[in-house]
Amino acid sequence: MDGSAILARLRGRLGARVLETHEHHGDHTAVVAREGIVDALSYCRDDALLRFDMLMDLTAVDYLKFPGREDGPRFDVVYHLYSVAHNHRVRLKVAVEQDAPSVATATGLWPIANWLEREVWDMFGIRFEGHPDLRRLLMYEEFVGHPLRKDYPIERRQPLIGPNV
Amino acid sequence: MGVGTFFTSKLDEAIGWARKFSIFQYPFVTACCGMEYMATACSHYDVDRFGAGLPRFSPRQADVLFVVGTISHKMAPVLKRIYDQMCEPKWVVAFGVCTCTGGFYDNYATVQGIDTIIPVDIYIPGCPPRPESVIDGLMKLQDKIAAGAQRY
Amino acid sequence: MPERTARELFLGEGPGTGSGSQNLYVNLGPAHPAMHGIIRIFAELDGEVVVKTDVEIGYLHRAFEKDCEAGPYNNAIPYTDRLNYVSPLINNFAYASAVEKLLGIEITERCKYIRVVMSEISRVCDHLTCVGASAMELGAFTVFLYMIKAREFLWELVEDVTGARLTISYGRVGGVKADLPDGFGIKVRKAFAEVRQVLTEVHTLITGNRIFMDRMVGVGALSAEETIAWGITGPLLRAAGVPFDLRRVQPYWAYDRVEFEVPLGKNGDNFDRYLVRMAEMEQAMRMVEQALERMPGGAINVDFEGREIPADAYVDRGKQGKTEGLLLLPIALSPNLEGQGREAQGRVNVADKKVVMPPKETTYGSIEGLMNHFMLVMDGYGIRPPAGEAYFAAEGANGELGFYVVSDGSDRPYRVRCRPPCLPPVAALPRMIEGQMVADIVPTFGSVNMIGGELDR
Repeated sequence: MDGSAILARLRGRLGARVLETHEHHGDHTAVVAREGIVDALSYCRDDALLRFDMLMDLTAVDYLKFPGREDGPRFDVVYHLYSVAHNHRVRLKVAVEQDAPSVATATGLWPIANWLEREVWDMFGIRFEGHPDLRRLLMYEEFVGHPLRKDYPIERRQPLIGPNV
Repeated sequence: MGVGTFFTSKLDEAIGWARKFSIFQYPFVTACCGMEYMATACSHYDVDRFGAGLPRFSPRQADVLFVVGTISHKMAPVLKRIYDQMCEPKWVVAFGVCTCTGGFYDNYATVQGIDTIIPVDIYIPGCPPRPESVIDGLMKLQDKIAAGAQRY
Repeated sequence: MPERTARELFLGEGPGTGSGSQNLYVNLGPAHPAMHGIIRIFAELDGEVVVKTDVEIGYLHRAFEKDCEAGPYNNAIPYTDRLNYVSPLINNFAYASAVEKLLGIEITERCKYIRVVMSEISRVCDHLTCVGASAMELGAFTVFLYMIKAREFLWELVEDVTGARLTISYGRVGGVKADLPDGFGIKVRKAFAEVRQVLTEVHTLITGNRIFMDRMVGVGALSAEETIAWGITGPLLRAAGVPFDLRRVQPYWAYDRVEFEVPLGKNGDNFDRYLVRMAEMEQAMRMVEQALERMPGGAINVDFEGREIPADAYVDRGKQGKTEGLLLLPIALSPNLEGQGREAQGRVNVADKKVVMPPKETTYGSIEGLMNHFMLVMDGYGIRPPAGEAYFAAEGANGELGFYVVSDGSDRPYRVRCRPPCLPPVAALPRMIEGQMVADIVPTFGSVNMIGGELDR
C-alpha cells in the first residue's frame, strides 16, 4: 500500500487521535495522541490491509535541546512498523511530557516490545504502563540516571561497582 | 655465594624458559579485538609456535589473562573476579587500546583502562592491534616471564 | 522408622527425606568460552532440561548513540565500525545512507556498486566467523581453522581497498573514502577461489556429519509466525521459510542490478540456519563478481599532456601560493592517497560541495578548494542536513540493520539510533531454548550470531 494511503487509513480509523501526519524523504509518519497509541498499534497489526506484523524498532528521542521544541513535550516515543505480508512501512510517534513520562505498553501486541521498552526505560526514563518486568537492559542495576537524556553529560563517571569496591 | 647462586640462577632460568614457552592464556574476549585475537591464534599468524596455542577457558587453569576488548563498568566486577580466581604466577595482557586507556570511548559506560582495576604487565595498543603487534607483545611478555618478574 | 531407599539416601529425593527434588540455577556467562561476546544466560534447570531462562545483556554497552551526538556526522563512522565488528562495512554504508537520505542526495553509480561489492565481502566474512565459531563450540575445531584462514584472504582484500583489516572507517557521507585499487578484480578472483575451496571442504566435513546434524537438527526451532512476531529478520527468518531479504524486496544501492537467489530453509532450526548461511556466502560471492563486471567508470588512467608533478612538490607550490595552472597538472599521488585522486573522487563521491571533501589536488591547488575543506572540517561548520528525521534499513549479515537519524539543522546529529538486527533473536533466546537441554544452548546461541557491539551498542 502507498504510504499516504496508509496514513489516510489510520486517520479514518482513529480520527482526531492522529494529531499530525507528514512525509519526509519517503518516510511516512503519523503523530498519535498518547491515549490512542495502543489502539493505533493494534489496528496497524490486525487490519487486513495494513498488517504490520513486525515491530521493527521502538525508541525515543529527547527534544530538550531541539531548536523550536524546547517548550513542547520533551520526549517522542517512536515506533517503526513493517509489514512482511504487504512490504510497506510506517512510523508512529507519541509525544510524552517531561513529568512522570509514561506510555502504555505494546508487549501484548509484539513480544519484542518487552526488551525494546526496557531499553527506552533504561536510556530515557520513560515508563511503560502494563509492562510485565520493567528493569534496566543495558546498564547495571545500581546505575543512577538515564544516560541518553540530553541533560546527562557523556563524561560523567559513576563509581565502579562490584564486591571489592 | 658462588656455586649455590650459580645453581639457583640456572634453575631460575630453566623455570623461566619452561614457563615462557608454555603459556596457558585465558582469553577474556569482549569486543572487536576478539576478531584479531582469533586471527592471531589461528593458522595464518599462529601463536601455537610460541607454546601459547591452548587457551584454557577457566581461570583456575590459566596463567596469563588476555583482556581482549572494551571493558564496561558492568563487566568490570566480573573481570576483577576472574583475575582473583587465577593462581600465581599470573600475568595480565591489556590487548587493544580500550583496555589500555579506554580507547576513544571517553564516556559514562567504559572503564578508562583496566589498570584502574587490575595490575597489567603488557599493553598492546591498537584498534584492533595487527597480529604482528600482538606477537610482538607476546614476545615481550615472554621476556618478562623468563625474567621471573611479577606484578601483584 | 521405614527403611530408606537407595534413591532417598544418595539423591536426597523422595517421600522419606522430606525434601522434593529442586531445580538447579546455573549461570552461563558473562565470561564464557563461546567466543561470541559477553552475555549472561541465567538458566533454571530440571536435570538437563532447561525450564526457564533469563538473558542479561549490556556488558558491552559503549554509549554508541551518545558518542555519535558529540561530533560531526562523519565522526560517527568509526563508531559504526565497531557495532557489528565482523561486517563493519555494512554498518558504515548504512549509516552514511541514512544521512544521505536526510540530505536528500543521491550517490554516484560507481559508488553504489562499490558499496555492494564491499558489503558482500563483509557479509561473507561475517558468515565465515559465525559458522566457524559455532562449529568450534560443537567440537569441530578444524572447521574453525579453515574458515578463519578463508577470512584472512578476504581481509587482505579489504585491507587493499580500505587500509585496515577490521575497523575500516571506509564509508563517508556522500560516498566512500577512495576508489578501488588497480587489479582488484584479479585479487578478488584469487581470494574467492580459496574461499570456495574452503566452503567445499567444510561441506564435506560437517554438512552430512551425523554428530553435527544430531546436535543441530530440530534444535532451537521457531515457527515463521513467532519469528516475525519477535521482529527477527535475516538468516533466521529465511531459515523459517519467509523470503524476506531487504536486498530483494526493497533494493537499495545497486542490488536491483545484480542477480542472486535468496536461500530459504524450512523448519527454522539451527541446521537450516547453518545451511542458509552457507548458501548466502556463495550468493554473496556471485554478487561481487557481477558487480565488478558491471561497474561503470572503468580504468583510472586519464590522458594528460604535459609533465607529471610529484605530490609533495604540488603541495609545496600550493602552500607557497604558486597556484597558477596548478589544477591542470597531473599528479603522482603518494601511496597512502591511492584511489583518492581527483578523478577517483569524482567517480565515487557525490558532486556536492556541502557534503563531500574536495580532493587534495583542489585543496592545495586553489583557494576555493581550501575554503571548501575548511567549511567541512572546522568546528561549527560541516555537513548540515536540514532539520528532520530519516530511517534507512540495509540488509546486514544478521538481518535488518536500521539507522534512524534525527537532525536539528546543526553540524552534529541530534539523535542516531541503530536498530540492531541481533537484539530480537537474543530476546527470543529464552523462547528458543526452553524445554530443550543445556547442551542445546550452545548451538542455538551460536546460530543466533549475537555480536556484542551491535547488541549493546
